[in-house]
Amino acid sequence: MVSDRSRKIVREYEEQQKNAVAGMNASSDGSALAGKDAKEREEELKREIGEAETFFTLMRRLVRENKLAVFSAAVILLFILAAVFAPLLTPYSFSDMDLMNRLCAPSSAHLFGTDAAGRDILTRLLYGSRVSLLTGVVPTIMSMLGGALLGVIAGYLQGIVDAVIMRIADVVLAFPSMLLAMVIVYMLGDGLVNIFLTLALVNWASVARIVRAQTLALKETEYVEAARVIGVSRTRIMFRHLLPNCLPTLIVLFTLNVPSAILTESSLSFLGLGVQPPNASWGLMVNEGRQYLYNAPWVSLVPSIAIMLIVLAFNFLGDGLRDVLDPYQKK
Amino acid sequence: MESKTLEIRNLNTSFFTQQGEVRAACDVCLEVQPGQITGIVGESGCGKSVTARSVMGLVRYPGRVVSGEILLDGKAMTGISGKEACSLRGAEVSMIFQEPMTSLNPVMKVGKQVEEALLLHRKLSKKEAAKSAAQMLEKVGISDVKNRMECYPHQLSGGLRQRVMIAMAMICSPKLLIADEPTTALDVTVEAQILRLMKQLCDAGTSILLISHNLGVIAQICDYVYVMYAGRVVEQADTMTLFDHPAHPYTRGLLQAARSLRSDAEVLATIPGVVPNLLHLPAGCSFSPRCGQCQEPCKTSMPDMLPAGEKGHLVRCFLAEKEKQQPVEAI
Repeated sequence: MVSDRSRKIVREYEEQQKNAVAGMNASSDGSALAGKDAKEREEELKREIGEAETFFTLMRRLVRENKLAVFSAAVILLFILAAVFAPLLTPYSFSDMDLMNRLCAPSSAHLFGTDAAGRDILTRLLYGSRVSLLTGVVPTIMSMLGGALLGVIAGYLQGIVDAVIMRIADVVLAFPSMLLAMVIVYMLGDGLVNIFLTLALVNWASVARIVRAQTLALKETEYVEAARVIGVSRTRIMFRHLLPNCLPTLIVLFTLNVPSAILTESSLSFLGLGVQPPNASWGLMVNEGRQYLYNAPWVSLVPSIAIMLIVLAFNFLGDGLRDVLDPYQKK
Repeated sequence: MESKTLEIRNLNTSFFTQQGEVRAACDVCLEVQPGQITGIVGESGCGKSVTARSVMGLVRYPGRVVSGEILLDGKAMTGISGKEACSLRGAEVSMIFQEPMTSLNPVMKVGKQVEEALLLHRKLSKKEAAKSAAQMLEKVGISDVKNRMECYPHQLSGGLRQRVMIAMAMICSPKLLIADEPTTALDVTVEAQILRLMKQLCDAGTSILLISHNLGVIAQICDYVYVMYAGRVVEQADTMTLFDHPAHPYTRGLLQAARSLRSDAEVLATIPGVVPNLLHLPAGCSFSPRCGQCQEPCKTSMPDMLPAGEKGHLVRCFLAEKEKQQPVEAI
């Protein structure tokens, strides 16, 4: 971010400051001694290293530097808008069957064709994106919060707390996640909230693992020691110093976990354990089109492409965000 | 008797490794008088930093303070609860580290980092804290404070960061500042500025314990010096005495190695041999294998701190009495 030229200016500036310091005594009026020139330089310096970074400057940089991330954000936004305004965007109902028009090929009446029950696929796709986006984001936030919290506690406190938390995480990780999710859904019963809970319960362990590892590395750094030295308490170190430094990792993890949650939900729905018909979910739609793959491929293909698009968009956006947010990678 | 800012009595800090106990600090007795800069000098691994860390309660696992008393302004620092330690650190005693590059939290604005100690120890509003943080930053010679406070550490140069570190440590005006090789990572001109700054702080009433392996730095600003070797204090004297009449063969070796820079000698003076492995210390005086004046008693027993010459000049050497008469070679 700081260009070579600005570095040079900072250096010159410091040299000047040094001279000022050398020239003066305890009185801290270096800039006055250096005169008006210093003020001009200061202005220049400010222009060069830029104003303090705010959310908006970060976003501006994201827009400038990573077009793909911006495009991905636009795609995600589009899906969100589509989900919110689904009833306005389509004349059809997502659940009413129209058996006269089964498995219609894409046409002007049905942009993406119809499924085996004669329902408009575009309509179901729009309604399905509600489920998919929610199951992508909500359980991921839940699992990230829980996992990060437990991970940072385990990593910083170590000892018995660490052992207990991480052994539980090991148990969770030892099960194939799909099997675990199926068992939990089976126990909790279906329904959107239960699917959220299930996905959160399956995913927190890997987040905890990664955050713990990061914490172990970060707690040895000098700035954590410096924080301890000025009397910062353990809780405050964990939440004010360690967690924010895990943030770049967490963002990347988030963007990986959102699509994987979407995929898991799709799989569960595909297996009949997730969203129940006649409600729409992309996974469910793929499943419904499975038998007609040869004569009506669009039934499965359209929701599959939607899943792919949203998954890719989240991944690209995550990449872009990480580049912008990670202070180590700033140029 | 005047109360000392810091008094360390018979401090033993050991690291319990798989190969055995490593006594990193061994019967260290040390005092810091109010308003003085006290130096600890020695090679890498001689126990300088461990002593400082013991004071701050920062000794890393598997090390711990085995025995000894640490009194800060007459109050015990050892055996107090974590909470009490937190309230002392930063407020009464503070520390700055060697690496300004890594001692600041990369994802926190420097202004916030300086304010943190204030918010923890003083009941100030955020506004007041920000104001006094700005004053402190100005005091340590940072100009354009308003903009700099909004900077992240990576936007500042090494010298500026070290100044921020010092501001962080000094913001609650602690009685004692421990500086662990504060200038090692800086270039010489910046070093000079930082040393000047520390001198100013000391004049303003903060006692400083300065750790360094740079005799030049010690000579420049310290009032009293401890020389450490293999975990023990081997010589202590006020700076003038130590540099004019070094009594311990090790100190002489150190000084010769430093002085030869100015002479015409082709080969730098060195102390033969290497620092002993702290796991297998030689019997008797730990310097005996490298000492040119080693005699029989040196190989079997460790000498105590014996008075040598000037008042307050103590040396851990059997030859101390003899050294007194022997003039030191001219520079």
